[in-house]
Amino acid sequence: MEFIGGKLLQVVIAIAAFVAIIGIIMLLVDRAPKSIRDKVTVAGFLAPAAILMLVGLVYPAVSTSALAFTDAKGQPNGVENFVWMFTQPEALVTLRNTVIWTVLVPLLSTVFGLAYAVFIDKARGERVLKALVFMPMAISFVGAGIIWKLVYDYRGPGIEQTGVLNFLRVALGMEPKQFLLDAPENTIFLIIVMVWIQTGFAMVILSAAIKGVPVELVEAARLDGANPWQQFRNVTVPGIRGSLVVVLTTITIATLKVFDIVRTMTAGNFETSVVANEMYTQAFRAGEPGRGAALALILFLLVLPIVLYNARVLRKQREIR
Amino acid sequence: MKNRKYLLPAAVVGALALTLTACGPTGGGTTTSDDCSAYGSYGKHDGKTVSVYSTIVDTEATNLEESWAQFEKCTGITIKYEGSKEFETQIGVRAKAGNAPDVAIFPQPGLLADQARAGNLKPAPKTVSDLVDKNWSADWKKYGTVDGTFYASPMLANVKGYIWYVPKTFKDKGWEVPKTWDEMMTLTQKIADDKAMKPWCAGFESGEATGWPGTDWIEDVVLRAEGPEVYDQWVTHGIPFNDPKIVNAFNTTGKVLLDSNYVNGGFGDVRSILSTGFAQAGQPVLDGQCTMHHQATFQAANWPAGTNVAPDGDVWAFMAPPVDASKGVAITGGGEMIGAYKDTPEVQAYLAFMASADFANNRVKLGGAISANKGLDANNAGSELDKLSIQLLQDPKTVFRFDGSDLMPGAVGSNSFWKGIVSWVNGTPAQQVADSIESSWPKG
Repeated sequence: MEFIGGKLLQVVIAIAAFVAIIGIIMLLVDRAPKSIRDKVTVAGFLAPAAILMLVGLVYPAVSTSALAFTDAKGQPNGVENFVWMFTQPEALVTLRNTVIWTVLVPLLSTVFGLAYAVFIDKARGERVLKALVFMPMAISFVGAGIIWKLVYDYRGPGIEQTGVLNFLRVALGMEPKQFLLDAPENTIFLIIVMVWIQTGFAMVILSAAIKGVPVELVEAARLDGANPWQQFRNVTVPGIRGSLVVVLTTITIATLKVFDIVRTMTAGNFETSVVANEMYTQAFRAGEPGRGAALALILFLLVLPIVLYNARVLRKQREIR
Repeated sequence: MKNRKYLLPAAVVGALALTLTACGPTGGGTTTSDDCSAYGSYGKHDGKTVSVYSTIVDTEATNLEESWAQFEKCTGITIKYEGSKEFETQIGVRAKAGNAPDVAIFPQPGLLADQARAGNLKPAPKTVSDLVDKNWSADWKKYGTVDGTFYASPMLANVKGYIWYVPKTFKDKGWEVPKTWDEMMTLTQKIADDKAMKPWCAGFESGEATGWPGTDWIEDVVLRAEGPEVYDQWVTHGIPFNDPKIVNAFNTTGKVLLDSNYVNGGFGDVRSILSTGFAQAGQPVLDGQCTMHHQATFQAANWPAGTNVAPDGDVWAFMAPPVDASKGVAITGGGEMIGAYKDTPEVQAYLAFMASADFANNRVKLGGAISANKGLDANNAGSELDKLSIQLLQDPKTVFRFDGSDLMPGAVGSNSFWKGIVSWVNGTPAQQVADSIESSWPKG
């Protein structure tokens, strides 16, 4: 207990030091000769952020990349970690699952979110209906994992069921099922959890976008005799394209990084592991930091194009405005 | 009011001062006496300090400190104890940075060996070595020995491989506690035929560590069926993991765990073992839905509050019986090792005390711990189970081996072995599981 006082003191000292340094920088910038003052000002204000970026982002990224080409003892081993990743059956299962996740989660979440947003648009009690679907967003992935693990819980036939789904199955005269044990459908049961969370996110963004579609356009389409599907297909969807891209890419990135749900519900067992989970397992449990870093690198390469695409679309939209 | 602007800083300083005082070291609670006759041999080291670092925290740490309070008083040594859950990663970092503690209590031999091989540890002084020869079996001394040099004396211990049952059920049904593995299998069949309950219940679910209770089963069977030599070769990779002897151990275990007539009382079929949490898995024993449950001593804490753990109580345990009686009585378990980074007189005095029967008795008296120290009086044990464990550990005929998965490299012992158990219970044949674990063993 005695170090708490010390820690507090450290915090105070650290904050004081931070304020002092910023103060000195500002003072120096202010005192700079007029001829180079602009440049010094820019450098002075950018430097703290740039240094933090270098230390907190660039340096770890570079060292992780280097680590990906070493073995468990830290000796360089060429591309062996990548060979392992693309040849070992368990590692391949991991890659396969990540592909399934990244295809299904954004697609299903967006489709469900969009459908829901369209159907409840201008309905009575819209706010309540929205809140209901949005609520899972407020639950952490770990919390959601624990909740759904209980939903999928299994007891043998003839024993009182503790999981909701198996309780219903038994009530309908079916055999209870081990939802999380049988590959490959267990991955689908995990994906349902993520979709359950992300649908709310998609719905809120898309609902707002739908409300932004000009009423005149919709009315004109209606006057031209377009049925509701044609209205949706040819007016609403083009009108919310930008938001659709944002929703799809955001969920895709979140899905690529998914770790908490898998770790909480199956810990990657029963062929449900994904890249992020395997990365953690290899680096911190199996004592193979090289393999973990290689997986991290692959994950980075997978996320990168989506981030770039997202940034490009956002920039284009800004240009249009 | 001019003074107002000084008010806030003053209040902060005051509050800080109060916090600091409140957090200062508390000396109360220890039971020391003036009798120092037992501590004369450690000498006087007034004003000297020994810093101790270990994984032990909370109540356990308080008990530990209390068990050397009298030693501190009589020798004048101040022991600066620091417990941390991060010990395993931090000890290496601290040693490398030249910030090592005087003494470290290692939770497993592998870490001790790493530190010894890195040249960080001092070999144990002769007095400590002699004390360990006197108080511990050769098995235990071996775990403190690295490449022929003795570094660390053992401290406390824990015992695995207990099989939990309800004595009253056995008595009512006329069942006997089995003395051999074959008797246990006969009893298992008898219970299955009786149809009142399944003979066994098990649960291997433990988050990311799912599967570990199964590794305890396999270790118990390897040690009991093949003997300590094969066990040692197995954990050090002297024989491959897919050696026929090891595959046999899987199959012997599988006769219990993979037979749906025998498992999984209260939960379902064989595969429900994987979805049942290890802490809940024993409950059906008390509820009369299964007869036996295999788990280490800590299971005593998993029973609901108020459960009487005793030979004539609500629940009791017997040690998993020998598979091949000719290989001797053998148990698996764990324990701590005390290694020193310095060899000053006060550190040596401390090490000698920790290897003595006095420390073991002091600590065990406080409850919740056992030791394999032969000078320990089993009557000091805090519970009936601790007493049984101490007697087992002290029995000169007992062969003791460390939990094998703790001794294997992390890639196997805390990854592929666990995963292997999971896929084995999920239906993968033993040979294939063993092959896959073997292929994950780090090369070189």
